[in-house]
Amino acid sequence: MASWRFLVGLAASCGWSASAAMLPPIEQWTTSNGALVVFVAAPEIPMLDVRVVFAAGSARDGEHPGVAELVSALLEEGTRELPADQFHAALEATGAQLGASSLRDMAWLSLRTLSAPAQRTSALGLLAQVLHAPRFVAVDFERQRQRQLSGLRQDLESPGTLARQAFLAALYGEHPYGRPSAGTLASVAALSLAETEAFYAQYYVAHNATIAIVGALSRDEARASAEILSAALAAGVPAPPLPPAPTARKSAPQHVAFDATQSHLLVGQIGIARDDPDYFALLLGNHVLGGNGVVSLLFEEIRERRGLSYGVESHFEPMTLPGPFVASLQTRGEQLDEASALLRAQITAFVEHGPTPAALEDARRNLIGAFPLRIENNSKILENIAAIGFFKLPLDYLGRYVARLEAVTLEEVRAALQRHLKPAAMTVVSVGRATAPKPAAAR
Amino acid sequence: MLKFLLARAANWRLKPPRMLPPAIRVSRPPPLLKLWGALIAGGFLLTAQAAGRTTEYRLSNGLKLIVQEDHRAPVAVVQVWYKVGGSYEQDGATGTSHALEHLMFKRTTTLASGEFSKIIAARGGAENAFTTADYTVYFQQWSADNVALSFRLEADRMQHLVLDAEEFKNERKVILEERRMRTDDNPQALAGEALTAAIWQTSPYRQPVIGWAADIENMQLPALRAWYERWYAPNNATVVVVGDVDPQAVLALAEQHFGPLPSRPIAPPMPRPEVPQYGEKRLTLYDEKVREPLLMLAFKTPVMSMVGAAGVDGKPVEAWEIYALEVLAGVLDGGASARFSSQLVRGQELAVAASASYSAAARLEDLFSIDATPRAGTTLKQLERAIEVELGLLKANPPLAQELARVKTQVRAGTVYQQDSMFYQAMLIGTLESVGLAWQLKDEYDAGILAVTPAQVQAVARKYLVRQRASVAWLMPAEKN
Repeated sequence: MASWRFLVGLAASCGWSASAAMLPPIEQWTTSNGALVVFVAAPEIPMLDVRVVFAAGSARDGEHPGVAELVSALLEEGTRELPADQFHAALEATGAQLGASSLRDMAWLSLRTLSAPAQRTSALGLLAQVLHAPRFVAVDFERQRQRQLSGLRQDLESPGTLARQAFLAALYGEHPYGRPSAGTLASVAALSLAETEAFYAQYYVAHNATIAIVGALSRDEARASAEILSAALAAGVPAPPLPPAPTARKSAPQHVAFDATQSHLLVGQIGIARDDPDYFALLLGNHVLGGNGVVSLLFEEIRERRGLSYGVESHFEPMTLPGPFVASLQTRGEQLDEASALLRAQITAFVEHGPTPAALEDARRNLIGAFPLRIENNSKILENIAAIGFFKLPLDYLGRYVARLEAVTLEEVRAALQRHLKPAAMTVVSVGRATAPKPAAAR
Repeated sequence: MLKFLLARAANWRLKPPRMLPPAIRVSRPPPLLKLWGALIAGGFLLTAQAAGRTTEYRLSNGLKLIVQEDHRAPVAVVQVWYKVGGSYEQDGATGTSHALEHLMFKRTTTLASGEFSKIIAARGGAENAFTTADYTVYFQQWSADNVALSFRLEADRMQHLVLDAEEFKNERKVILEERRMRTDDNPQALAGEALTAAIWQTSPYRQPVIGWAADIENMQLPALRAWYERWYAPNNATVVVVGDVDPQAVLALAEQHFGPLPSRPIAPPMPRPEVPQYGEKRLTLYDEKVREPLLMLAFKTPVMSMVGAAGVDGKPVEAWEIYALEVLAGVLDGGASARFSSQLVRGQELAVAASASYSAAARLEDLFSIDATPRAGTTLKQLERAIEVELGLLKANPPLAQELARVKTQVRAGTVYQQDSMFYQAMLIGTLESVGLAWQLKDEYDAGILAVTPAQVQAVARKYLVRQRASVAWLMPAEKN
């Protein structure tokens, strides 16, 4: 990243086409037992961030809904040799921070440590121990199971969470993307320790791993670090392909009565996968509709003009398979009919007509102008390169990001919106007041 | 959960963007060191070069400008901090500062409504604003060559805001929706609001920043106008810039844009000191929506800005007490090896999660807060008793040397990690300046922490974590009523 400064002047004079040259170089290689490594050197701060990502999210739950989350949680319980107290005492004595998380597609371990050799070696060693032999012990399993059940009960308090779960279930049915990622009270209660061990053994393997590294270390040091982590894992095989996502289907609007002052409304459908060729056209199109914060169409019409909702937005969630497209708002129960009709009418009109040329250029300028913020610090670079590795994006993904935004035409945006979004068939889910919203008049 | 107890809990103009679908794992405490949540952590560095020089200027109209260089990427964050927030308001007028923050994005004498945000969006800027009990903050993050534009826009709305009745009518609806979403439909937030109001008898920290619903409904435009005229002046503002900038050039831009604004006499808010508390306060709250009980426990504690002022025993509050309270929070909840995790979550297996945090960077006396969710089969009474035992142990015996060493190492490492975020660096500077402290404190903080002794941690536990300063709330499912 040392080259940033020098190249700023260049960027200013040549426009953003120079931004490819401004990027820190991203290096990629494969460890001896098959893990993909993505590395960016960032020498300015004496720290190191590592994220080890696996295709081991809840989409892999199979017959045991909730197991992916529980396995991820168990990774914070120490190792076979070191129970949690000792493990975390050793880790925290060096100032390192470790966390484990999981989503639908992926699960990961994150480590942040000082990069000085003593701290780095100690922290990487402990992470390697977790990867090699996490602690699958009954008492820890039960503690994490109870925590997960507690989280599931808390979900029942949240109309927003309930709405999202109902929405995904309506979109995806029995497909893994349609199920709650933490499982259900019944499925988590039925999980066994052996199932968590089996899940770990299958999915937390080198051929199913991406190791993203950003920090103050040389390429050789990064290579050695990645080898240590990778060697802790069984070689294994990549996770098998997920069952294909269902094709879009029309579903009746769903309403869940919930005792709350507001109703939460979600409107949408299955969208696109991360590798969809229309990714940039839809990014731009959605930016105009509901992606560009306080200047989007939906924000203008629903909040600024009518005060119907505090938050209103739309977005695509591109995943390994086509993820959802969703537009959402929250409004006082009595206003649900009005807000619902308005949101759907806005989406319908937008898909029909597409953005105006001026609106598209505004959105393009915003995304291009905001590009430096996407890579401004180590944390953000780590997020980006972990995604590049996990989704097998080209290594010049960031380098070509601005150019690809520049290349999209208005016609391509219109065509992509119409190809992918089918407003008349969109799923509508609301959670809140006692009665379902009135169906909107057909347009 | 703690954020509901802290006076600094912020209400944002726009929901902060969600980077990833929401994690379901709501109850697991984040692995990050909680100490940093107190926003008073330091930036001293020995070998790192990322966080560069910090330079302070004051314009002749009283506006303070603080610039910190960070040349890693060609971007900058500009934050404008006003010393006004929920704790400046009087009964019946709660939520005024926050409502004004919303209206600051509307019309000015030179810009049409919404134009402000369109200008920023067109250049790729990220912008937002938030209000807390002690301050109101507006910010932009974008390419460093846009600092001039930030200054032009912020100077314009510092003096030329047009408050329009129709627009306020609409925005009032938005704010009420915001309140419903954040508080009214969230049992934990509602309980936090109730506990906060019970803790403080006379301190304005009892008031919710977003305002009581009735106050929002009754708010009138003239009061908002008066509030704007009273507090939005250059001599009540701190402008913080962190990024790829040259301090001298930033100063010149500040002179150009903010320099012409006239200063105004600012009358400080009415002092409303908290009266002494006699004994413990307890709330038992029931909510039909609650599925998981929650325990909240808070002790009134001094803050950094009270150092030198008369404390609980009549003697001046000393700086070491503040640092010792920070370390105390770290001993209890500074990571997965700290006592709450090892004793309550593991060990006795009583809690799903338990956390402690201390608010040191506030304008007025604030809180050392604990909250915990019991594991199935544990009652709130059992959990509260176990926490009392943990606190009792610290009062009876100083923490172990290795515990203190761990906290100090975490603080020093955290100082390095924080340099990665320009936004956080700016937040540190602005927070300190806006609660009656100086930004330079961020460079003294680590030394203060490193000097804390085990006996001092024990001493503050004995002095402050006591029944006469305590308030407790139990939040329970209604059916067990």
